[in-house]
Amino acid sequence: MSATAFSDTWVLAKRAFLRIIRAPDLILAFTVQPIMFVLLFAYVFGGAIETPGYDYIDFLIPGILVQTMSFGGFVTALGLAEDLKKGLVDRFRSLPMSRSAVLAGRTLADVATNTISITVMLVVGVIIGFSFHAPFLHVVAGILLLLLFGYAFSWVFAFIGLTSSSPEAAQSLGFIIIFPLTFISSAFVPPESMPAALQAFAEVNPFTITVDAMRSLFLGAPAGNDVWGAVAWSLGIAAFFAFLAVAKYKRAVVR
Amino acid sequence: MLGLLGPNGAGKTTAVRILTTLLPLDGGSARVAGLDVAREAGELRKRIGLAGQYAAVDENLTGAENLEMVGRLYHLPKGEPRARAAELLERFDLSDAADRLVRTYSGGMRRRLDLAAALVARPPVLFLDEPTTGLDPRSRISLWETIEGRVAGGTTVLLTTQYLDEADRLADRISVIDRGHVIAEGSSDELKDQVGGERVEVTLESEADAEAARAALESLGSEAPELADGVLRVPVSQRRGTIAEAVRRLNEAGIGIDDIAMRRPTLDDVFLKLTGHAAEAEDGEGEEER
Repeated sequence: MSATAFSDTWVLAKRAFLRIIRAPDLILAFTVQPIMFVLLFAYVFGGAIETPGYDYIDFLIPGILVQTMSFGGFVTALGLAEDLKKGLVDRFRSLPMSRSAVLAGRTLADVATNTISITVMLVVGVIIGFSFHAPFLHVVAGILLLLLFGYAFSWVFAFIGLTSSSPEAAQSLGFIIIFPLTFISSAFVPPESMPAALQAFAEVNPFTITVDAMRSLFLGAPAGNDVWGAVAWSLGIAAFFAFLAVAKYKRAVVR
Repeated sequence: MLGLLGPNGAGKTTAVRILTTLLPLDGGSARVAGLDVAREAGELRKRIGLAGQYAAVDENLTGAENLEMVGRLYHLPKGEPRARAAELLERFDLSDAADRLVRTYSGGMRRRLDLAAALVARPPVLFLDEPTTGLDPRSRISLWETIEGRVAGGTTVLLTTQYLDEADRLADRISVIDRGHVIAEGSSDELKDQVGGERVEVTLESEADAEAARAALESLGSEAPELADGVLRVPVSQRRGTIAEAVRRLNEAGIGIDDIAMRRPTLDDVFLKLTGHAAEAEDGEGEEER
C-alpha cells in the first residue's frame, strides 16, 4: 500500500464513522442491541442450558461477543449497497484515488464501532455477573482477537454489499449466511448437546474455534491450538474476501 | 462543449462511463485529454470531473465535508481541500447551507453540490451526465448559468441530455445518439434545419377554410404549409411576431381560428425525422419537464 492509499483509506474511514455517529438508529445497533442480546440469552436461555464447568454468563459472554463481531460489518454492507445505488461509487471510481480505499475505509470504521459494542457488552456482562478468569494480557489479547475476527467479517459483508441488489437485500443475505454459522457453533450451547451431524459441523466451524479461543483467553479454558487457529481463520477470511470485494468493486456497476 | 443528445437507453451514459474509466471498452479505443482511457486511466482520472444524473454526494455529510473529502481524494496539497470547498460553496450559492447535512438539501442544491464536487480539482475536462434531469425549471436555469460560466472559463465539457432545448442552449456541437450510434451531428442550427425548426400550428374553425388559410399563410412560412387532421402546420424561421402576423392575415381573410400556437421541435421530432421511429422514453421522464 502506498502512502496515498493509507490517506485515502483514512479519509473514507472518517466519513463512514461520521455517518454512523450521525444516525441514531445505527447507534442503537451498536449499543442497545448487544445489551438486549446479553440480557435475553442470560435470563431467557441461561437457566435451561447446561454448561458443565461454567456459570452460563461466563460461558455466554465470549460466544455472544464473537457473534456480535461477525455482524458488526453489516454497516459496511449497507453503506456500500447505498453508495452503489446513489452513484457515489461512480464518483469515487472516477477519482484518482486508491482502488481499495472505499472498502478499506468502511471496514476500518467497523473496527471503531465493534470496539464500542465490545465495551458495552463487557460492561453489561460484568454488571450481571460475568468475570474474567485470566491474566490481564490474555484479556487484552482476547479483545484484539475479537476485533480481528470482526474485521474479517467486515470484508465478508463488503463483498455481500457489492453483490446484492439493494441495501435491504444485503442485510438479509448477510443474516441468512451468518446466523446459522453462529448458532451451529459453541457460542451459545456446548456442541455435545447437538445432533451428531450438527455437532460434526460445529466442531470444524471457525466460529467454534474462535469462541473456544475466546474462552481460553477470557476464562482460562484449555486452549489447544484454538487461539492460533482463530487468528489463522480470521486472516484467511479477511484476505479471501478482501480480494473478492476489491475485484468486485473495480467492476462495480450502478444499479 | 459537446452535447450528446438522445432518449433513455440510447447509450449516452454508457459513453460517459467509458470515457470516465468506469466501464471498460469492449472494442476500439478512446482518448480523453490526449490520454488513453484504458492504458492511462490513472493519469486521466486526475484530469476529469464527473457529475452524474444521480447527485452523487454523501447525504450524511455536510456540503463542506463532501467537497473537502473529494479534495482530499484528489490529493490536493494540505489546506487546499478546505479552502477550495469554501470557495466552491460560495460560488454555487451554498455558503449558507455549508454546514448542513446534505440530506436536508433540495434537489437543486444537491445537483449544485454534485457539480461543485466535479470541479474541486479544476479538471480541464468535465463530464455532465444529464445534469438537469428531474430538476424544477428554476433550478434548471440556474444550473445552466453555472455550466455556461465553466465553459466561458475554458473547461471542455461533454454534456448528455434528453432535452433538445438544453443541448441547444449549452452545446456548441451536438451529437444525436440512438441505440448506441451517432445518427446526426452538428451545431444546433444545423440540426434544427434537419428537423424542420419551429412552426405555427393553426386549428381552423372550419376545415372548409383550409385552402384559403394555406394561401394566406404561404408567404409567412419558410417552407410550404402542411395540412393534416384539420391542423395547418407552417414551418417558420423566426419566432418574434409570427403568431400576431398569422392571426392578422387569417382575420383579414375572414378565416375563423379555433387554436393557434408556436411549436418548437422536440426530441421526438428529431427522432421521427432522423430515424423514422419515435424516441422511446422508457419511463416518461423526458416528458414531464417540457
